[in-house]
Amino acid sequence: MTPSAVHRRLRQTQGRPPLGFLALSAAGAGLVVLPLAYTVVEAFQVPAREATKLLFRPLVGQLLLNTLDLVAAATLLAGLVGTLAAYFVERTRFPGRPVFAVLAAVPLAVPPFISSYAWVSLSPALEQFAGALLVVTSSYFPLVYLPVAAALRGMDPALEDTARSLGVGGFSNFLRVVLPQLRPALLGGMLLVALNTLVEFGAFALLRFRTFTTEIFAEYRAGFNGPQASLLAVVLIALCLVCLFAEAKVRGTRRYARVDRGTRRRIAPRSLGRAAIPVTAGFLILAATTLGVPLGMIAYWLLQHNSAAVSPVVASPLALAQAMFSSIELAVLGAAFTLLLALPLAYLAIRFPGRLVTMLERAAYLAQGVPGIVVALALIALTVRHLRPLYQSTALLVVAYAILFLPLAIVGLRATFAQVQGSLEDAGRSLGLSRMRVMLRVVLPVAAAGIGAAAAIVFVSIVTELTTTLLLAPIGTVTLATEIWADTSTLAFASAAPYAALMTLLSILSTWLLAGRFGRVNGGEAGGSA
Amino acid sequence: MSFRSPGLPLRGRGPGRIRGLTGLVLLAGAVAVASTPAAADAVKLTLYSAQHQQMVEMLTSGFTKQTGIEVAVHKGEAPEIANQIAQEGSSSPADLYITENSPELLLLEEKGLLAKVDPATLASVPSAYSSPTGAWVGVLARENVLVYNKSMIGEGDLPASLLDLAKPAWKGKVAIAPTDADFMPLLSAVKVLVGKDGAIAWLKGLKDNAAVYDDDEGVVAAVDRGSAATGIINSYYFERYRVETGDDKIHSAIHHFGGGDAGALVNVSGAAVLKSSHNQEAAQKFLAYIVSKPAQAALAASDVDFEYPLAAGVPANPALKPFAQLQPPRIDLAHLGDDQDAAEMLREAGLL
Repeated sequence: MTPSAVHRRLRQTQGRPPLGFLALSAAGAGLVVLPLAYTVVEAFQVPAREATKLLFRPLVGQLLLNTLDLVAAATLLAGLVGTLAAYFVERTRFPGRPVFAVLAAVPLAVPPFISSYAWVSLSPALEQFAGALLVVTSSYFPLVYLPVAAALRGMDPALEDTARSLGVGGFSNFLRVVLPQLRPALLGGMLLVALNTLVEFGAFALLRFRTFTTEIFAEYRAGFNGPQASLLAVVLIALCLVCLFAEAKVRGTRRYARVDRGTRRRIAPRSLGRAAIPVTAGFLILAATTLGVPLGMIAYWLLQHNSAAVSPVVASPLALAQAMFSSIELAVLGAAFTLLLALPLAYLAIRFPGRLVTMLERAAYLAQGVPGIVVALALIALTVRHLRPLYQSTALLVVAYAILFLPLAIVGLRATFAQVQGSLEDAGRSLGLSRMRVMLRVVLPVAAAGIGAAAAIVFVSIVTELTTTLLLAPIGTVTLATEIWADTSTLAFASAAPYAALMTLLSILSTWLLAGRFGRVNGGEAGGSA
Repeated sequence: MSFRSPGLPLRGRGPGRIRGLTGLVLLAGAVAVASTPAAADAVKLTLYSAQHQQMVEMLTSGFTKQTGIEVAVHKGEAPEIANQIAQEGSSSPADLYITENSPELLLLEEKGLLAKVDPATLASVPSAYSSPTGAWVGVLARENVLVYNKSMIGEGDLPASLLDLAKPAWKGKVAIAPTDADFMPLLSAVKVLVGKDGAIAWLKGLKDNAAVYDDDEGVVAAVDRGSAATGIINSYYFERYRVETGDDKIHSAIHHFGGGDAGALVNVSGAAVLKSSHNQEAAQKFLAYIVSKPAQAALAASDVDFEYPLAAGVPANPALKPFAQLQPPRIDLAHLGDDQDAAEMLREAGLL
């Protein structure tokens, strides 16, 4: 069998999607669309003349250019770094590999506003575009790394062997056989980088890089004007649609699972020989850039005693523990609910990619194109007016997290489901299992690695989320992120440091546990063959 | 304990683990539904705060100690919290609102969301620092200053007026945070002094000269590490930065404008009771407490809050230039407006 035989387009003949899954998916997509629709409605309250004046200012053009430049550069760079890191970790041997496998995922756990502060205090030259690109890429390349690594782990090595036996070796094998199979994971990850960059705020504010998002915040801040900010948010939603459209165009409708019978053998990591040295060096530089500098700054502030003496927000062990417990509780609930909504959507998107399902999936991505403050304020208005008891409840915050992070989960799951053999499910069905049982006993176990990675990403994103947590958290709820904000916003960096350290530790641990436990790095004792 | 090869999914440990996962998901859903907060019986005040947490914590814990009334704090950035209150309207869970600058209070007042403050409370601070209609009370004040990097600019070269910073000589030497809630009252003050056209012309000049930051924290840090020679800030942020960094490590100092210059504007931080509060009496008690001498004296002595207490006879933090020696422009708070005009001018100048 040649690689192209696997990659050729196959007609999807699965028939109609199961109703239960469809209902759950529609509920998820509906949740996302609700606050966005509200935002659009609000935007239309701006009189047309004023709207034109507001949108066609020279500044808006400049911001648009800034935003698009950065999104393009960050997406490409993160795609490159993430793919390279994933490839070397999954497919080769080099000194320190198991450690770097985890370290490459951890930068996602360091909020960009912390990295941007670290970089700017090292060199003011890193303001503006260069700094923004550096910070965004360091923070978000794991969004490519994680799904691509999961895809590499789930990939059938037989294809590469076949190609090699046909004389396609080395880099050419990677380009012609491996890379095409990585498309869903890679493009999905890059889409996430693009969307995250589109809505990033904190880091850009510190780096003096003005984008559409900082302008929306400025509009809220200065004009105190919801409708005008909504108008700008609608433009951002439009940009998000462009990203989605572009991604859909390049992804196409290829299939990535094996279609024949048989089981997979474990992929033996290749020895790099002398090349192992530059690879290890590369990973060292990557870790130093993405983790060393931000963590170094946290450590630096931990050792400063000034504000410990002057700030009443003392990091007592009890206060720290309470903030950490709240963060974990919210992130566990949020990640669980997000996955609950994402699983049926991602599954349908792979197995029943009809027009309706595609529409639902695209809708779920939309919230990513809107800054947290827009979603949060829309949810406030909606619940205050129509669902009063839900307002400032943990439940609403969990829903808000699901809205914000549904795309993260879907991308991860989609890439995994794409590799699950449909024939396994058919076998399960033919053995008399219900659709739900097939899901529980066949699909989910096979996709466990990807599910673990997706859960880890969502968990970590919630732990580091700020704006929505501030606005929607039940009154009196204190999380690690809100404490860091309260301290850094008064320049009490030293009193923020214990919280920042704890947040980073928590993220590292959770990434390790979830991603590591469910989808252990290929090689060593894990991933035996059948 | 990892999942084994996907090759044989119908055997092995997989299904058990997955049942666990499903359980977790269901449990999570149940907890989320169950943990919706219930109404409390005793009086408990809810304070929406856009003031710095350290000082709010001092005020709320002092108040609880004195009255036994608990205060739950919901905190956030000033414009976000103000937006939130506006969205919540008459069904806001908030009893009280406290913020760093007067314009947000003026705006909520214009929307009819604030209750009148007890006359006795208003009487504790000079009337010039509270709402003329009594809708909110001034609590603390902060001075606008120019922070400068000592190795980049000499004391003799500092500008006499804030308006000078728009002159070509200052190109590349200024850092500003035009959309910070502290800058906009300053812009409104410039408008009062030189008219709208003059203010816009000043802004345009400033735009050519200045590096734009998001907030005063960014400006103060940028000047101290040498990204910019000078920066327009509230002195509060310089003092915080100084305390945090240590006097031996700091590279910057502050320059006070004088003679009633717009640059010496004093911003007022205030608090209000929301009309929709069901605990009017307790909320009014809180306002009375935070402008009381003991509370204000405790703040001033704390090295946490570098603002001027407004209660009569309470000395400010000794790190600050004495309040009586400040030479702010003579402008009524009401003339500073609600930031809407300032935002409009920022847009016109291309800074927003």
